[in-house]
Amino acid sequence: MADTSPNAHPGWFTRIAHPGMFMGWSRHLVLPLVAITVIAFGVGLYFSFLASPADYQMGDTVRMMYVHVPTAWLSQFCYAVMFASAIGTLVWRHPMADVSQKAAAPLGAAFTALALFTGSMWGRPTWGTFWEWDGRMTSTLVLLFIYLGIIALWRAFDDQLKAARIVAVVTLVGAVNIPVIKFSVDWWQTLHQPASVFRMDGPTVDGSILVPLLVMTLAFSLLFMTLHLVRMRTEITRRRIRSLELAQARAAGGAA
Amino acid sequence: MRAFTAIIGRDLRLGLRQGGDLLTLVLFFVIVGVLLPFAVGPDRPLLAQLAPAIIWVAALLAQLLSHDRLFRSDFEDGSLALFRHASLSLDGIVFAKLIAHWLLTGLPLVVAMPVLALVLGLTADNFWLAVLTLLAGTPALTAFGAIGAAVTVGLKRGGLVAPVLVLPLSLPVLIFGTGAFDPTRVEASTQALLLLCALSLVSMALAPFAAALALKISGE
Amino acid sequence: MLEKRLVAKDLTLIRGGRPVLSDLSFTVRSGQALYLRGPNGVGKSSALMVLAGLLAPQGGSTAFEGGDPDVQPLSHLHYVGHDPAIKTGMSLAENLAFWVDVLGGDAGTVSQALSEAGLGGLDKIDAGMLSAGQTRRLALARLIAVPRPLWLLDEPTSALDSEGADWVARLISQHIASGGLAVIATHLDIAIAGEVETLNFSRAAA
Repeated sequence: MADTSPNAHPGWFTRIAHPGMFMGWSRHLVLPLVAITVIAFGVGLYFSFLASPADYQMGDTVRMMYVHVPTAWLSQFCYAVMFASAIGTLVWRHPMADVSQKAAAPLGAAFTALALFTGSMWGRPTWGTFWEWDGRMTSTLVLLFIYLGIIALWRAFDDQLKAARIVAVVTLVGAVNIPVIKFSVDWWQTLHQPASVFRMDGPTVDGSILVPLLVMTLAFSLLFMTLHLVRMRTEITRRRIRSLELAQARAAGGAA
Repeated sequence: MRAFTAIIGRDLRLGLRQGGDLLTLVLFFVIVGVLLPFAVGPDRPLLAQLAPAIIWVAALLAQLLSHDRLFRSDFEDGSLALFRHASLSLDGIVFAKLIAHWLLTGLPLVVAMPVLALVLGLTADNFWLAVLTLLAGTPALTAFGAIGAAVTVGLKRGGLVAPVLVLPLSLPVLIFGTGAFDPTRVEASTQALLLLCALSLVSMALAPFAAALALKISGE
Repeated sequence: MLEKRLVAKDLTLIRGGRPVLSDLSFTVRSGQALYLRGPNGVGKSSALMVLAGLLAPQGGSTAFEGGDPDVQPLSHLHYVGHDPAIKTGMSLAENLAFWVDVLGGDAGTVSQALSEAGLGGLDKIDAGMLSAGQTRRLALARLIAVPRPLWLLDEPTSALDSEGADWVARLISQHIASGGLAVIATHLDIAIAGEVETLNFSRAAA
């Protein structure tokens, strides 16, 4: 028989992770986060456009890298956030994990799409074509499909509590499968086209490029954190409105 | 063990008695395979070259269509709830259902292969290679499909979500399946065949746990 | 041997943002039947599903004490819900034999259980031919074919005529007389002989 016991240790984590508490302390975090993000972007863009040299081979198009690499990193980091949240949903059934999962999925899709977009913009001058069946690009495209599938699954459910746990299962399966997909795509690429395309990890990266790259990565990561936090707050508010409406409907039903 | 064989026996019996589904599946597989040459043109050397792609895309689509019924009838008539009280765990029951499902939807594709081989102009060697890759790869398709079917079993309008979820996950099967099918690169195709077998074994072993978990959640 | 007991403690259940059960506690002992009564939609079926392990409650626990330690807890119970878990395209005997195999009973009991359920002579008939009442009888035949101590029955007499309802009452009476336990959600009266308790569900409590 199902033997369930409620969490019997209201430690500090349980307290700050309670949706009500979360709404309380996170309110004071939004503005500072926005401010730091704006500053980081200001510094990063200054370095990317003005204080770094153009590549001797690729010219100014190298500056596309300062958007491409951070978004590519975030496309994977978002999945890691969803993976951790999925475990929180399945193991502890924590409502904040549900909310975090749901908030991260569209962000992941957006950053992945951005990485693909900048990648193909960059590909035009370097490879001579917008789309190259390059291993990296192809795996990123499949990752985008997985994100979009997960978003579609979220939307297919009415009951968001059930949706969170079902999506968590899919997220875990995806996490196991993504390395396999990556491996298979790399295998496929070496089979069909010997390494002739430009590779990111080829030449050593000079310091003048590294500084703007790191600052922009930081800026984009901060952007993700800010958006994730705001989306989580929005989702909690949405759920509260829904439960208030439900209570209202029930009260009206009882009066009739 | 008795429960395990009973489930395989029941699903096979139901699948074979409602033989219409089985026939439709095989028909769909053959029609997709025959339709693609019309899109490509009657160029025999080109078709022979595209044969692995055509066969695998047809197999992928045919399998995709058959997944929805894997758990749906058991979910709707209450059998899935009773499975929870069986002497066998739900993971084991799902595994038994996967085996039966593969016998009903994977194996018939292999049996239908001669027809496609004929129209696509496969040589005898390539025909056997095609049979071998389908045998090695379709269990993995069944396993991924089962996860898709399990997560959407509670949805009334989940028909399109499952394929959208399953297709990206099935990409490695497609890659290794067609990769194994290349007689000009013996080394690579042997490697792909082994990878395909590994993929099928691992996914068949792990998918029941994920699917059973999703079914438990869907049943609530 | 320990007396068999079903103990539910402080069950709290929320479904779709709506509280269905709150702090529900009860104990059912060997030889006892418990009625869950009340109008539709007050959580009788949900309570049974919690007991059957199909729904995880947000709070509280259920436990079956005194069972066989070698058998997993959920295999001590029979659950007969609204859906009969019967396949059309298979005969009555095949349907019942399948569940006997899966639930772990004695395969020899199938035809006897069918005739006890009033379905004797229909062994070879396709289950799709049955009326709603006969389908319900076939679902209940599982209780006879596979002996298990705890029965969880959701509206067991629905779709049955008065004769069928009497049969269900006799079936449950025999079960608890031989030391079984039963929890029955119903809005109709079922005349069970033996120790019977009633738990009334009302909208206010739910």
